[in-house]
Amino acid sequence: MLLKDEVGMLQRVPLFSAIEPTKLKLLAFTSDRVSYSAGQILFRQGDEGDAAYVILSGRADILVDSDSGPIKVAELEPNSIVGEIAILCNSSRTATVRAASPLEVLRIRKDHFLRLMSEFPEMTIEILRVLADRLSHTTADLIDARSAK
Amino acid sequence: MEPSLARYIWTHTKKQQLWILMIVVLSMIPYFMSFDLPKLIINGPIQGRGFEQPGATQPFMRLHYNLPFIGEVQFFSGFQLDREATLFALSLVFLLLVVINGLFKLYINTYKGRLGERMLRRIRFDLVDRVLRFPPFYFKRVKSAEVATMVKDEVEPLGGFIGDAFVQPVLLGGQALTAMLFIVVQNFWLGMIAAGIVAIQIVLIPRMRRRLIVLGRERQLTARALSGRVGEIVDGIGAVHVHDTSNYERADIAARLGLIFKIRFDLYQWKFMVKFLNNFLAQVTPFLFYMIGGYLVIQGRLDVGQLVAVIGAYKDLPGPMKELIDWDQARQDVQVKYQQVVEQFTVDRLIAPRIGVLTIDDPDPMTNPLSAINLSIADDGGAMLLDRVSLQVKPGETVALVSTATGGAEALAEAFARLNWPDSGRVASGADDLLELPEAVTGRRMSYASSDVFLFQASLRDNLLYGLKHAPLTSVPYDGAAADQHRWNMHEARLSGNPDLDIHSDWINYASAGATGPHDLFEAVRRVLDAVVLSRDILDLGLRSSADLTRHTELARRIVELRAALRTRLEHEGLSGLVVPFEPGAYNKEATIGQNLLFGAAAGPELADRALAANPYFASVLRQAGLDRTLYEMGMEIAEQAIELFADLPADHQFFQQLTFMSAEEIPTYETLLQRLKNRPHEAVSENDRAMIVTLSFAYIEPRHRFGLLSDELMSKIVAARNLFYENLPPELQNAIERYDPAKYIAAATVMDNVLFGRVGKNHPDAPDRIRSIVYDILDELGLYAELLDVGLDFNVGSGGRRLTSGQRQKLDVARALLKRPDFLILNRPLSALDQRMQDKVLRNVLEEARRDAHSPAIVWVVTNPAMGMMFDRVIVFDMGKLVEDGTPETLLAGNGIFKELLS
Repeated sequence: MLLKDEVGMLQRVPLFSAIEPTKLKLLAFTSDRVSYSAGQILFRQGDEGDAAYVILSGRADILVDSDSGPIKVAELEPNSIVGEIAILCNSSRTATVRAASPLEVLRIRKDHFLRLMSEFPEMTIEILRVLADRLSHTTADLIDARSAK
Repeated sequence: MEPSLARYIWTHTKKQQLWILMIVVLSMIPYFMSFDLPKLIINGPIQGRGFEQPGATQPFMRLHYNLPFIGEVQFFSGFQLDREATLFALSLVFLLLVVINGLFKLYINTYKGRLGERMLRRIRFDLVDRVLRFPPFYFKRVKSAEVATMVKDEVEPLGGFIGDAFVQPVLLGGQALTAMLFIVVQNFWLGMIAAGIVAIQIVLIPRMRRRLIVLGRERQLTARALSGRVGEIVDGIGAVHVHDTSNYERADIAARLGLIFKIRFDLYQWKFMVKFLNNFLAQVTPFLFYMIGGYLVIQGRLDVGQLVAVIGAYKDLPGPMKELIDWDQARQDVQVKYQQVVEQFTVDRLIAPRIGVLTIDDPDPMTNPLSAINLSIADDGGAMLLDRVSLQVKPGETVALVSTATGGAEALAEAFARLNWPDSGRVASGADDLLELPEAVTGRRMSYASSDVFLFQASLRDNLLYGLKHAPLTSVPYDGAAADQHRWNMHEARLSGNPDLDIHSDWINYASAGATGPHDLFEAVRRVLDAVVLSRDILDLGLRSSADLTRHTELARRIVELRAALRTRLEHEGLSGLVVPFEPGAYNKEATIGQNLLFGAAAGPELADRALAANPYFASVLRQAGLDRTLYEMGMEIAEQAIELFADLPADHQFFQQLTFMSAEEIPTYETLLQRLKNRPHEAVSENDRAMIVTLSFAYIEPRHRFGLLSDELMSKIVAARNLFYENLPPELQNAIERYDPAKYIAAATVMDNVLFGRVGKNHPDAPDRIRSIVYDILDELGLYAELLDVGLDFNVGSGGRRLTSGQRQKLDVARALLKRPDFLILNRPLSALDQRMQDKVLRNVLEEARRDAHSPAIVWVVTNPAMGMMFDRVIVFDMGKLVEDGTPETLLAGNGIFKELLS
């Protein structure tokens, strides 16, 4: 996959859709292309967050540790981004991500990601939007869960 | 040291001085003979005196003398020669005298020069020898750069002077005196006039020179202080930048240079003033002759002949006088310099020579307890560091010294190491005062390491083994020219009062490290490195450096085996994708295009980095392979992409780390280049511009940069070009490149690159770490672990060891102290740069390693954390310079003292 295809993929990620293609190209160029085989771990719950990942092809599982072993809580599909929370909050990873099939990802390093945010407000706003969206979803889920009790 | 320079020179060179004086006097004979000869030639054969008759002959080389009482005696009647033959004969004699005079001069100058150089060598050695014997406190006050400049620069002029020290005044004084006498003989009163003027010169000039001496001393002191300051700036460069004080330093240096300038300028002014006066006095004498002598002639009291003779004789006087005065000037100059240096090197309580005397045989173990008796030590400010402390450390005992902030345990450790001398009381080994023991005992049977580590600028190995180099233990067999050279070296060393110790001998005392020779020393080294947890760091250094193949032959010999083992292992673990190996007939996608073309490691500057594209042979290969245009277009494409991506970014943006083709500074250059070359046909582009563009393509790696520029066809073309390149490699490039060969070790590449023989794929995030641990495993399996450690030991630690981290330096210092296997191991907060966990680990290892093989040294350890005391037999607690608690850790813990308080 070439740089220009990656740019095309990045454009399809909601977070980056508002950013102009030349900047996306820069982001793609300065990021590492990494491949994983099925079962390999991208990062583990509790690790320090040093990068965010954009899934280019393949699928990955999000796992959370529990008393009865890891539980799969979600699945990642191409064009999704994962791992950005730990970067933003300077916290450790809240979940483990494992490749469920041969996986191609773009690894965006923490300092690059933060630099991009400070340079492109439109991207920051987009990230805020996504996060706010997730928060409202989570809140709705919480209300559902409480009322179902 | 001898305070008078003249006496110093005379003591060491009187025989030589007398000899050279004799030679100089001897050389006068042919010298004066050659004066007389031109007259003989002109008057005789040329003008024809004595050859008035055709066919007349004259005797040549007739030896006859008028001896008193006996009358004329003829020794040899001579050859009868006619006019032409006499001319030739006399001319040849003249030539002979020229040669003899020249040879005399050559011999005298060489002799004097050698004499001077030998004395210079002696002085320098004496000075450094004294530095080695200075008491420790002296070094708190001197700057190293000042000492260095004294030894190197300030005594330098002495060498030139020493040869002339005695010969010159005798010779010139003799000449001047003769000329004077000659004048007096011609006319007494005119002679007195000349003598009067000379007397004025002799009295006045030295008086005026006194100021010159003062200025000369100031010049020397200011110059020395300058070099001290420059040394300080270099050592403290970090502090200068951290505090933005570089301009303060500039101002300080400028002020010092201004002062030096002023002193030097004053010096010049005075010097030329004195010179002027001197010349004037010399010229005033003929004036007096003309006036007074002339007046006397007119008056008829002196005849013209006498006056002319006096004036004639006078012309021989100013020359020697002037040189004599110059000599005196030089004498005063070097005398001042010498005194200045000697003053600095005259120090109280110099360590006696017997303490540091060379001892070949190892001393007996120290079986007596080490004790401090009423020991008090004050710091430079007079504050008490230790106040009447008495204690005893028995052989084999392990003692932790625990100290509060003002405790003084460090001072005690330094006193045991003889680095801090007692102000009162003493430190003793049994009944002997420790300071009276020779270093051959304390330096071999005791060892010391502290947090303040000094490493020499040499390899890790040299620094580690430094503590074993006490005496030359082998005599090196020399043969042929080397033997002559060695004999000469030793002979000269003795003549200059230097020791005749051979630096090339093997100085390493293997026995004290528990080894028998170079072959099994490594075991001991490895154990101490393991003990201080430094082996892994050194292995890493070894992997990253290129091995010296003359020393590490094993690596090169087994490289094929190593590479194969790595492949098998990677396959076995399903990691084959991690490394893409170099194969002579295939393109390596993880390597750059440049590496694929060259397929070798550049061993010289001709084919390295940027020079590659500009190399004419390489360019011709590209043309032949039909790659020149392709790579040019590729370079243009890369330049465009790079500029599009990076042109708007500020030069310090971190994204530039990813841009491997060009640096941030080069972007504007390439931007203009791109505009200029766009749409211009390939043929019309100049060689230089073409190289600039083609170079960009050399750094390209498809999987990493992903511009989509590499096709299968291009790859096969590149592999073909590679073969073409090696087929016709011109002889001058043979040594500039080492071709990758799966069966050969590449000397110019690092050990890691050699083992990998390929490139690590970029798209595996943890590949480098995994591969490194696999490589270590393999080296260990194949028994090459030691070899790699040895490669790492070649690492040069840099000035003061600054290429190592402070933690590594401290570990190395402890390893060095351990390696000696001492009877008393003194460790003074040795690991302060490490975290507590690591300190505990090293402490445990060191205690174990020191007691290996039933060895049981006493260990005195000034601990940074009281809890570490729990690992020792005995804990001694210091507070306010006093010993406050002493006992086993358990008893102290059971009590209610400071130790318990410190622990909680």
